[in-house]
Amino acid sequence: MASEYGSAARSRMIGRAFIYGSLVLLAALYLMPLWVMITTSLKSLDEIYGGSFIGLPQAVTFEAWGKAWSQACIGTACTGLKPYFINSLMMVVPAVLLSTGIGALNGYVLTKWRFRGANLVFGLILFGCFLPFQAVLLPMAQVLGKLGLSGTIPGLVLVHTVYGICFTTLFFRNYFVTIPDELTKAAQIDGAGFFRIFFSIMLPAALPIMVVSCIWQFTQIWNDFLFGVSFTAGESSPVTVALNNVVNVTMGRKQYNVDMAAAMIAALPTLVVYVVAGRYFVRGLTAGAVKG
Amino acid sequence: MATLEIDRVRKAYGNMEVLKEVSISIGSGDFLVLLGPSGCGKSTLLNMIAGLEGITAGQIRIDGDVVNDLSPKDRDIAMVFQSYALYPTMTVRQNIEFGMKIRGVPPAERDKATREAAELLQMAHLLDRRPSQLSGGQRQRVAMGRALVRHPKLFLFDEPLSNLDAKLRVDMRTEIKRLHQRLGTTIVYVTHDQIEAMTLATRVAVMKDGIVQHLDEPQVVYDRPANVYVARFVGSPAMNIIPGRLIEGAAGPELEMDQPDGGKSRISGVAVSEDARRQYAGKPVLVGIRPEGFSVAEPGQQAVQAAIEVVEPTGPDTLAMFTLGGVEVIARLAPRTAHAGQTARLAVEMAKVVLFDPQTEIRID
Repeated sequence: MASEYGSAARSRMIGRAFIYGSLVLLAALYLMPLWVMITTSLKSLDEIYGGSFIGLPQAVTFEAWGKAWSQACIGTACTGLKPYFINSLMMVVPAVLLSTGIGALNGYVLTKWRFRGANLVFGLILFGCFLPFQAVLLPMAQVLGKLGLSGTIPGLVLVHTVYGICFTTLFFRNYFVTIPDELTKAAQIDGAGFFRIFFSIMLPAALPIMVVSCIWQFTQIWNDFLFGVSFTAGESSPVTVALNNVVNVTMGRKQYNVDMAAAMIAALPTLVVYVVAGRYFVRGLTAGAVKG
Repeated sequence: MATLEIDRVRKAYGNMEVLKEVSISIGSGDFLVLLGPSGCGKSTLLNMIAGLEGITAGQIRIDGDVVNDLSPKDRDIAMVFQSYALYPTMTVRQNIEFGMKIRGVPPAERDKATREAAELLQMAHLLDRRPSQLSGGQRQRVAMGRALVRHPKLFLFDEPLSNLDAKLRVDMRTEIKRLHQRLGTTIVYVTHDQIEAMTLATRVAVMKDGIVQHLDEPQVVYDRPANVYVARFVGSPAMNIIPGRLIEGAAGPELEMDQPDGGKSRISGVAVSEDARRQYAGKPVLVGIRPEGFSVAEPGQQAVQAAIEVVEPTGPDTLAMFTLGGVEVIARLAPRTAHAGQTARLAVEMAKVVLFDPQTEIRID
């Protein structure tokens, strides 16, 4: 009996070891590019050309990060990523706030102040989520031109806000649907009006979905390349476009360490957002399933 | 304290008529219960009184003033909802003060009103909690507190007890009644629970399909229901509706009902007007007898023959089922006086017998 029990335990342990082994292997494989990026960015150029690509740096140096931030050449101007990083911030913050705010208001109206045809309107907004970027490019360029916003950061803010409304409306509408209508009625009897109910009752209750919407929009807009490259040029480009230029401009030896550092800098904000607010993201996506 | 008049009010959504000419009028301090099954229009009517739904036709007057076009906040009403509708992100205190804040009540007065309401409802220790930290009964109290601090002309309750468990429901029912007695405010209360209606109301409006079937004091609705529907809806177990005939006996009108063995039960002494007696003589009628209208007959007392099929002892009394007039009949008898399989002689309290027309199902007077 005892030996049988022992062999069962042993075979289970082997199974466990196999599972964890595979997981570790796959995780390592998945993290490999990040590893290469980080180590390469911390090496000097000589070390990269002299040694292996994967190994740890012999002497850690942040020179490449400094270069990527303030000296790397984008086109003819050697300003580093810094001004473009600021461009991206100037674009992403208002665009995230605007699209989330409008989405929240849309969701509120579509659930608590239903009007004739509300479902149709929601359906059409939803349709916007599936609209391919490419279909929007030319008409949007014309609109921006007419508005005098071509090639500017406010222009990009407008594009991202409009494009984001579909998603944020979907988020908020589905969240507000789970909040009982009686809440609105109670507030009406208490004397609250349309905006009072929205700001005092609905928005505070919608905190989880607000986090989801902000993270989603932030990632989408920060990582966007197509709109950035289509609607801006030169100095008003977002960081993704500038990164592409950094990597493509080569003088002499290709500066792999600077390229990697630049890529890390460009990716950092979304990473930070996920690390800081990731658990709220998951919580927000599952919220609403259970009423509090 | 206010009067409420609902004057030929109609509500239609497109072609669908939800309320058909409802007229109800109650006095100051009355406790009106709108009673009916789901879909009868009672909640719609309450929402119309509150101003949360438009009025298709007719008038609603509070204290004589037409409120048809007033928004909820200008009607001087307060409402308690089935789901309590507490603002989830606010504390109990903030929930109660929200309405006052909007109306610009100064902080000192707000605080005073909140403390008074909290004391009245014994929830002073809950003021800093959030709704999610409260039990169902406590949430109910908070919802009532929020309504109380308004000192409204009219309190509206929308099935406030139906989310509570059975024991708590009875406790809160008493509490609402006590509150009404203490404050004397006019209340409109919607429920599908006939016991709540009986225990709380000073006036009951039984509704079905958007029509008020019967509007009266609860005891009158119970004793003299306007029609078969009301008779069956109010009371548990329901009133027995037994097909029979009104016939002229030697000593006046008698009721005749078929027994399952082929014989006839005849009882005399039915209270019926001269007109009805002439109109229905020899014709079929529906005989309405409450379960407690039966009792085990004394020797020599007139009775119906009851072959008892099932008995259900409930403690204070025993329910006995038997067949009369081709339908199953329930009698509420004293404990241990009836046994399954036995044939009993059951007397009927004739003063409480109600007759209905078999076609229109309306009460015969």
